[in-house]
Amino acid sequence: MTGQLTEELLLEVRGVAKSFPGVKALQDMHLDLRRGEVLALVGENGAGKSTLMKLLSGIHAADEGEFFLDGRPVEITGPKQAQDLGISIIHQEFNLMPDLTVAQNVFIGREPRAGGFFLRDRALDAKAQELIDRLHLPLRPREVVGGLTVAKQQMVEIAKALSYDARILIMDEPTAALNDAEVKVLHELIRRFRRPDTGVIYISHRMDELKAIADRITVIRDGRFIDTLDTASTSMREVITRMVGREIVGDAKPQDVRDDREVVLSVEGLSTKALLDDVSFELRRGEILGFAGLMGAGRTEVARALVGADPISAGTVRLRGEPVRIANPAEAARHGIGYLSEDRKHLGLLLEQDVNANIGLSALGQRFQSLGFVRARAMRARSTELVSTLRIRTPSVDQTAKNLSGGNQQKVVIAKWLAKDCDVLIFDEPTRGIDVGAKEEIYALLNELAGQGKSIIMISSELPEVLRMSHRVVVMSEGRVTGELSAAEADQESVMHLATLRPATEGDELPDQAAPDENAPSTEAGER
Amino acid sequence: MTSPTVTPPTPEKQDGRGAAAAGAPRTLRDRLQQLLAFAGLIVIFAFFSILSPVFSSYGNVTNILFSTVVIGTLALGTTFVIITGGIDLSIGTGMALCAVMSGVLIVNSGLPVPVGVLLTILFGGLIGLVNGFNVAVLGLPPFIATLAMMLVAQGLALVVSNSAPIYFTDSPGYIDISIGTLIPGSGFPNAVVILLIAAVVAGVLLSRTVLGRYAFSIGSNEEATALSGIDVRRWKIIIYTLAGLFTGLAGIMISARLGSAQPATGMGYELQAIAAVVIGGTSLSGGRGSIVGTVIGALIISVLNNGLQIMSIPQEWQNVILGCVILVAVYADQARKRGSAT
Repeated sequence: MTGQLTEELLLEVRGVAKSFPGVKALQDMHLDLRRGEVLALVGENGAGKSTLMKLLSGIHAADEGEFFLDGRPVEITGPKQAQDLGISIIHQEFNLMPDLTVAQNVFIGREPRAGGFFLRDRALDAKAQELIDRLHLPLRPREVVGGLTVAKQQMVEIAKALSYDARILIMDEPTAALNDAEVKVLHELIRRFRRPDTGVIYISHRMDELKAIADRITVIRDGRFIDTLDTASTSMREVITRMVGREIVGDAKPQDVRDDREVVLSVEGLSTKALLDDVSFELRRGEILGFAGLMGAGRTEVARALVGADPISAGTVRLRGEPVRIANPAEAARHGIGYLSEDRKHLGLLLEQDVNANIGLSALGQRFQSLGFVRARAMRARSTELVSTLRIRTPSVDQTAKNLSGGNQQKVVIAKWLAKDCDVLIFDEPTRGIDVGAKEEIYALLNELAGQGKSIIMISSELPEVLRMSHRVVVMSEGRVTGELSAAEADQESVMHLATLRPATEGDELPDQAAPDENAPSTEAGER
Repeated sequence: MTSPTVTPPTPEKQDGRGAAAAGAPRTLRDRLQQLLAFAGLIVIFAFFSILSPVFSSYGNVTNILFSTVVIGTLALGTTFVIITGGIDLSIGTGMALCAVMSGVLIVNSGLPVPVGVLLTILFGGLIGLVNGFNVAVLGLPPFIATLAMMLVAQGLALVVSNSAPIYFTDSPGYIDISIGTLIPGSGFPNAVVILLIAAVVAGVLLSRTVLGRYAFSIGSNEEATALSGIDVRRWKIIIYTLAGLFTGLAGIMISARLGSAQPATGMGYELQAIAAVVIGGTSLSGGRGSIVGTVIGALIISVLNNGLQIMSIPQEWQNVILGCVILVAVYADQARKRGSAT
């Protein structure tokens, strides 16, 4: 169409829209990928990055809009066809078969065969070795993938993607689970992949990383295209501002400072094998403590470790100064700590049961039983009372939980823990999937609970929500606490800055013998 | 104790050395499991040999092998299904139905034995094909789909036979399929040879063909397999059909051994076959397993049954002991898996 100009573009996305039931995930989205460049795609959680990637890789179909490859319009109808077009995606969650070997994974469906049916595994391994050598990967064809480190599994994914002769490589937060040395190896690999006829779309939250690898940065927000910036001439602060975008939400920050109150819960050096590293914080009476961070930063893991849902490898937890050992959620509940899971439907509610049964569940073993018999009347009285104090909109306590709206379901979960007289309530994404009006009610309820002297931890991915509700904000990144801000100090930028920090890690392995970038063919890239 | 066939892993070797023999385990974990199962078999065998001199005699060992045939044949087919992460509960009564079909074809319709045998095996494949369709196309959980087929087959076996056994008295060639012998005077039954051939075919299919590779792949991560462009539905149908073919063969083997097709039998065999597969180290959650392991698992079951019988331990206790063996085998497998997960 636009002749000269589009010639330069490897891939162009124009006016693409995609809706899911109840959500407009993308509207009028634009993106262009130049030949030979690494284009970073950034945006807050839920901005629409993953949706865009799924459209490009054929997992979903776009409702509106066009895609151009080499200036020619293309339709992307399915994963296989996307692959045939030369688009390969490496998902955050790998699509590997853990029980198969490296070679078997890479060439699955394209095994060298004899007579169409018999495998020629020696040829398969040789083919894989050839690919591995070409990409300088520290892999062996016959290693079983399930036994590899995350970094190596990712290399298998990359090898698989490149074995399809991919020209466009899309990577969704490829460094989320990698340490610094591994990140360097990955970047090296990307630089080697970069040729005049290829391009990389690189999704990441890490500002420091974008500086190192990306030529340009496309920012999207709320499912819309915002801007594309040249990395060289842009400060990371500008990128964050564009990412966050919304006018500073100045409304109703908590004013009262509660630093003089009694410390109810203190956590010191909490660590888990999987992720958490030396997490410490204090929670005071009547306080709402916000936990902010990007996806995978470890906020939910802190909650799970606290209530004993996941084993901890180190750290002490004190309740009103007394050290406690909490081995499982039942013990946490006995200590008055309630956890309201982010996955309300699966982990927080018995959807097929009525409101009464849900509210009574946690306290059943203590308050609502004698000699093993359910004290149905006492339980019913209490749940009826809670339904009215929390203003749960339900015809009666006999209504089945799944028939309630999201906001009211959330209130039922809250009621469950109140029935048990919990003093410490951990809310994980309390307003996820709840409409705006109901959100306000949940906020009011949280404030009310804090006012009554309950201590609240609120984990949320919605920054405005954290800023508005929290007396203090703990920010996490990669399993560590990267900072703690008072309500006064906390704003979108300061929180984002801490959330994108890569905490210093000691004891990383040295980088592999990855060859230095001597033949960097990338300099001529963004020019023509 | 000997430690045969197991070569230590060679992490330094990059290429060039193919996997050892057909049906050889692909991974260190599988090797360990087989070593464990094999060691278990040796231990149990040695145990009974010490307690009873009769046990390790030529005649009794032949006996043990002979009694492995039916369960072993069923277990071979179901190994494939279990590796995909599925299960097949219909193989027991399906086998009885196939036996009845064989009777109908050969005795009632007077078809020549080879034709009848072939058609019976194909009929077993048909049962598997329906299972595969129900699982792969209709999306029914394998447990439910094959549970339903188990009942259907049980009922049909009775309907087709009018609830009466069919005797192969006029077809001596049929009975020879099982108890006849190729080597005169050796007393070594054909059934064992047939099981051996079936095992080799199954081993080659599992470790040397795309069918086996995709069975592992589907069981390991079905969604990733589909995203890699593999027609998961089609392969699942093929794999259930394959299990059905083995069911048909088992139907032949059991009716040839008994000299009759017994329509009311079959129930319970599926669980014994699944037990053999599991003892042999195939993971019920899919992705891991081997034919060698299944054969060892089936042997362990018959060695136990035979040995306990020789020691005059009542049938009821044999089941108790078998149950405990399954617990130990699966626990050992899980414990090692947890240990190796980093």
